[in-house]
Amino acid sequence: MRFVLERRAETPLALQIGSPLLAVALTLLSAIVIFAALGHDPWRALHIYFVMPLSDSWGLQEVAVKATPLVLIAVGLSLCYRSNNWNIGAEGQFLMGALAGSWLAIATHGAPDGWWLLPAMLGCGAVGGALFALIPALLKTRFGANEILTSLMLVYVAELLMDWLVRGPWRDPHGFNMPQTVIFEPEATIPLLMEGGRLNIGTPIMLLVVALMAVLVARTLKGFEIRLVGEAPRAARFAGFSEKKLTWTVFAISGALAGLAGILEAAGTVRQLQPSISPGYGFTAIIVAFLGRLNPLGCLIAGVFLAITFIGGENAQILLRLPLDVTRVFQGLLLFYVLACDTLLLYRLRLVRGAAA
Amino acid sequence: MSAPPVGPPLVEARQIVKRFGALLANDHVDLRVMPGEVHALLGENGAGKSTLVKMLYGLLQPNEGRILWQGAPVVLASPKAARRLGIGMVFQHFSLFENLTVAENVALALDDAAPVPRVAARLAELSAAYGLPLDPAREVWRLSVGERQRVEIVRCLMQDPRLLILDEPTSVLTPQECEGLFATIARIRAEGRSVLYISHKLEEVRRICETATILRHGRVVAATDPRAETAASLARMMVGGDVPALRHAPAGESDAPVRLSVRGLSLPAEDSHGTALRDVSLDLRRGEILGIAGVAGNGQEELFAALSGERLAPRAGQIVLDGAPVGREDINARRRRGAAFVPEERLGHAAAPRLPLSENALLSGHAANGFVRGGFLDRGRMLGWVDSVTRAFDVRKGPRDPEARALSGGNLQKFVVGRDILRRPALLVVSQPTWGVDAGAASLIRQALVDLAREGASVLVISQDLDELLEIADRLAVIFHGRLSPARPVAGLTREEIGLLMGGAGFGTNSEAA
Repeated sequence: MRFVLERRAETPLALQIGSPLLAVALTLLSAIVIFAALGHDPWRALHIYFVMPLSDSWGLQEVAVKATPLVLIAVGLSLCYRSNNWNIGAEGQFLMGALAGSWLAIATHGAPDGWWLLPAMLGCGAVGGALFALIPALLKTRFGANEILTSLMLVYVAELLMDWLVRGPWRDPHGFNMPQTVIFEPEATIPLLMEGGRLNIGTPIMLLVVALMAVLVARTLKGFEIRLVGEAPRAARFAGFSEKKLTWTVFAISGALAGLAGILEAAGTVRQLQPSISPGYGFTAIIVAFLGRLNPLGCLIAGVFLAITFIGGENAQILLRLPLDVTRVFQGLLLFYVLACDTLLLYRLRLVRGAAA
Repeated sequence: MSAPPVGPPLVEARQIVKRFGALLANDHVDLRVMPGEVHALLGENGAGKSTLVKMLYGLLQPNEGRILWQGAPVVLASPKAARRLGIGMVFQHFSLFENLTVAENVALALDDAAPVPRVAARLAELSAAYGLPLDPAREVWRLSVGERQRVEIVRCLMQDPRLLILDEPTSVLTPQECEGLFATIARIRAEGRSVLYISHKLEEVRRICETATILRHGRVVAATDPRAETAASLARMMVGGDVPALRHAPAGESDAPVRLSVRGLSLPAEDSHGTALRDVSLDLRRGEILGIAGVAGNGQEELFAALSGERLAPRAGQIVLDGAPVGREDINARRRRGAAFVPEERLGHAAAPRLPLSENALLSGHAANGFVRGGFLDRGRMLGWVDSVTRAFDVRKGPRDPEARALSGGNLQKFVVGRDILRRPALLVVSQPTWGVDAGAASLIRQALVDLAREGASVLVISQDLDELLEIADRLAVIFHGRLSPARPVAGLTREEIGLLMGGAGFGTNSEAA
């Protein structure tokens, strides 16, 4: 007896939804084993990780605050991945967006500003992220360089540039030599949605982007082009679509969204620039994109779930003295299970009796 | 009816059943091949021929039923076991190493290892005895398709088989090469060996086979003497009904205005396995069907890519459509000028397998069919188009808008041809319009091409199926090593003339026969 994988003729809708849920379930199961092995009561740990973040207003707001950059980046990455452009460098594009937008805030610091400052900062952030994302697009289309490597390497370029700026030219002169910029002025800060928390208008912006992207993918010719290039490149050429032009387009869009997420984080949540501005949003968003089936609405759900693990991880750090790395392990396991379960989408597992020929 | 058999059959399949999941590929199939007999296995694509012979060659195991060899039951667990009994098979798709010589390829495949020089000597002997000229020291990549097939046949003969299975052997040959193959089969038979000959070409089966087993939908529908049948009666058994005869009278030379004109088009190969186009010229008039014949791999794909605009010509004036130089325009610009294209490969090129039919209609129609308004898709119109194609071309499918890969080959082909014919294009360029589809679908598609031309459109058909081209084309040109012969009216052409051109004769000193 042996197992064989048989290609499916059609993928049932129930499986398309069921596969990520199965991945989540397997991750939780692994979590129980890991907690037990670390000597903690698994049920209490799971409660702290996955239930506590949702049990009060503060926690819910924090989940939304964390989900905002994750979802913004992930919907952009989905467009890339759907069209076979493997942009792994969203973390770098996020940082460059934060840098570009903050530059405007720092340059106008202390000067009288108008209403235009904040929109201009968001625009700068998006453009900064997009331009940075176009570097791997250029290298791929012009020289055939592998975008996985180039986009990943550029993350370190962005990180070091950020590090140098906040320790050097942009350091707050009154900041006791801490590696950080000045606190942004109120005019350069993203307005809060309500008192008593950190929820700001970044979250509605994110929801708007999700809606726009959902329409783009399902209802427009550009969305069809993106899906077709990923699905059948030769058929896409037959349809008259240029793969190279599309590479530029999706890198620009995903870079702009990552950059927008970066400046929203800097000007909204953190209100200054500092090296630790991102807890790895750009990388976690890769998991969000795949968990969300590379679909904008799916990314929204997956982003909220991953945000919960971030908050839960912080809680566990305080209450259980578990290192934050445990959270990373969960996120990695989740991606692993998502990709493994995707095999079930394309193939059917069948038990074969009898000897092989 | 054939004469009653004497002695046990060489090989016999009794009540063979083979299932693939829910599909019943062979449904209680019986087959008897007598010693010294050339036995045809006839059937349409998907009738179960390949499944049956794969079981006879040990590649597949039957779910039910028995295989008898000279009257005794045998289990063919692997091709090696089949070869040991004396069964050899030549596949439709060859398995040769391009960079090795003929002798090295043959030596590699022998079950009992032998030094290459000895193999080469035996090979030369055999190829002389069977009329299969071959140079053992030549690398395979230098060989034509016909020569490669000879390597495969000699490779089987090295094992001294009692039964030789040939899977659609003439589908890749020129008419002259076919004659050579038939002579070889006659010699093999004269030695008392049997041949199981798989084909759907009725005329050649009537010519060289004395028995035929006909399969339809996995079942044996008849076991008969094909020489006592007509091509039409065999076709009826194969298809299970009458295939409508094509209504078409070749027009020959016409003086209608030229719609598509290609002048001196040369295009380098895209990769090392491609063929460069050299100085291709042709004229296609209104209301005319021009056929491009040729053995596979002689530049057909490149010609399609250049005509469609998937690859641009070096100069705009090299391709002229209705007076406008379009050589530098992309495929959608040419579509907007009224051209339509249907490539050879159904899944992956003409259609995206995992997208629904409506989006596959959009694939070739987004530029010129009004499916897009201000960048937004008009799903209603797309679905309407699918419905129209379904009606006009009898596309059989379950749901209204299934994924492309859920359709059978014939139905998907009807869809991809139909979605563009329905636009009433002024120019249609189509490659292998009926490759691998059943007779009913093929006849419907051919009639649609003929009708389109009769309404005044210009149709260019690239095909390896000479019968098809002779049936529908008004004029015919042959492509060989990236060169195109001048087109000639079909009416005055003999198969021999075309065959010589397909083999490269008449292309003058310019032809670079490798």
